[in-house]
Amino acid sequence: MNFLDNLFENPGITEALPEEFLATLQMIGISGFFTLMIGLPLGVFLHTSSPGGLRPMPVTNRVVSDVVVNITRSIPFAILMVSLIPLARFLTGSSIGPVAASVSLSIGAIPFFARLVETSLRDVTPGKIDAALVMGSTRLQVITKVMIAEALPSLIAAFTTTLVTLVGYSAMAGIIGGGGLGRLAYNYGLQRFDTTVMVVIIVIIVAIVQIIQFIGDRLAQRVDHRTAATAGAHRSRQARRAEAANVVGV
Amino acid sequence: MITVTNLRKTYRQGERTITALDDVTLSVPKGSIHGIVGHSGAGKSTLVRCLTLLDRPSSGSVVIDGRDLTRVRDSAVRTARRRIGMVFQHANLMDSRTAAQNVAHPLELVKTPKGEIARKVGELLSLVGLAEFADAYPSQLSGGQKQRVGIARALASDPDVLLCDEPTSALDPATTEDILTLIRNLTRTLNLTVLVITHEMHVVKRICDSVSLLERGRIIEHGPLQDVVGDRTGSLGKSLMPLPSTAVNQALPELDLLLVGRSASAPVLSELTRRFDASVNVIAGTVETLAGSRFGRLRIEVDSPRPLSEITAYLEDAGVHVEVAA
Repeated sequence: MNFLDNLFENPGITEALPEEFLATLQMIGISGFFTLMIGLPLGVFLHTSSPGGLRPMPVTNRVVSDVVVNITRSIPFAILMVSLIPLARFLTGSSIGPVAASVSLSIGAIPFFARLVETSLRDVTPGKIDAALVMGSTRLQVITKVMIAEALPSLIAAFTTTLVTLVGYSAMAGIIGGGGLGRLAYNYGLQRFDTTVMVVIIVIIVAIVQIIQFIGDRLAQRVDHRTAATAGAHRSRQARRAEAANVVGV
Repeated sequence: MITVTNLRKTYRQGERTITALDDVTLSVPKGSIHGIVGHSGAGKSTLVRCLTLLDRPSSGSVVIDGRDLTRVRDSAVRTARRRIGMVFQHANLMDSRTAAQNVAHPLELVKTPKGEIARKVGELLSLVGLAEFADAYPSQLSGGQKQRVGIARALASDPDVLLCDEPTSALDPATTEDILTLIRNLTRTLNLTVLVITHEMHVVKRICDSVSLLERGRIIEHGPLQDVVGDRTGSLGKSLMPLPSTAVNQALPELDLLLVGRSASAPVLSELTRRFDASVNVIAGTVETLAGSRFGRLRIEVDSPRPLSEITAYLEDAGVHVEVAA
């Protein structure tokens, strides 16, 4: 059987693949959502509560930063995942399947993303925050209208990196019961030496990563006005040319 | 109007306590521009941060428009800050916002209606001469244009007080001139009370009505511009009108003259030549009109058969401050 025939007849591809592909997307989708929802506020907290931050809380910051984030991050993901199975069962009622795997995926990715958020926010110049405070902004207004708005391009880049990491984690999660492309690769590729399935899965995973990265880069560029070159990047070429002429014409 | 009384700010640095501001007292009457000059490290930045309560003063009071900012709660500080416009050295505009959106920023904070914001922003951008740049991002603007947007933003909340922290220190001389003219004109038309923090004497000479010299956290000289320049004992006058550098010539006696107002306009030197049969040689000099009065600072060599004391006595009588150059 040649490769092409195999491609269309292999049950690993025709029957198992679509389902596992969806399971992978589901895992990335669910855990991506929770990582954003929890990781972003956590990252904001890490930054604003740090010494010299918007609202310094030295002790709480130390605890959250050292204990929660660093400890979670220093445990290898495979081990973290296994140790979180009871929690997954408690939260989702099951210890296997993509939904259950999303619990440990989220918990693995949240501290990672939170650190990236913290770093992005740190790059917002303190002068901008001073300016916002002098205008009479509340702390919440400083966070939403200055910190997040100004760091948006790098926050989008950080989230893109996190999603790509989640693709890798999700493959690992597949092996210990999460399902998805990881399990398929393990069952067919490793245990049955089925090269065709293995190749197809690798191609799909690479494609997923490429698409995420492409969309992320595009979005980041669209909101980036930090340099003259990127300030008008999302507008039509003509508009950009007219604008450039305007600026030069002064 | 701004009144600062006995303002003191200390920092702890490990075991040591550093006094950044030591008993600073100053007051700026409504409608005037006051300059605060000092070298870096003199406490200028700390003073601005204390005036806007970005840093809490250790003691003393900051009264802006009759409200003591050091005695009110956080929410009242925010309200009070809206009465203060602030202009920064590097404009500190938001890169993610266009010029118009930057000017709109303070108005959004208090939930101003959209139509009202649009009208106000249009007005302010025309006021600073940037109407056609409403949709440009800061990265597309020059340093001077950014500073104009910064000024428009500072004025958005209709403040009574404008604080300028090194407003022109990052700009070239021509742009500096434009921005200073703008600040001067806005002060007149909007009847603002302005405090300008700067290390450039040029800024003080161009726009300030009065000036304070800050050194190691203390105000060591202050007063209306003409008094300060006319004060021969102070160092501020010499910094404001420095003599071009000269080497002291040992052969002939040299005098440093400070001519103020009327004496600066009178022909004192030619009178000196005639009366004392002296030959007078100007080695260095500068004459300027500041705050409407003329000031001159001259270093002269005098060769005369009459004693030097008679010459200095004559000059002092004519209203000229004289010092024998060392």
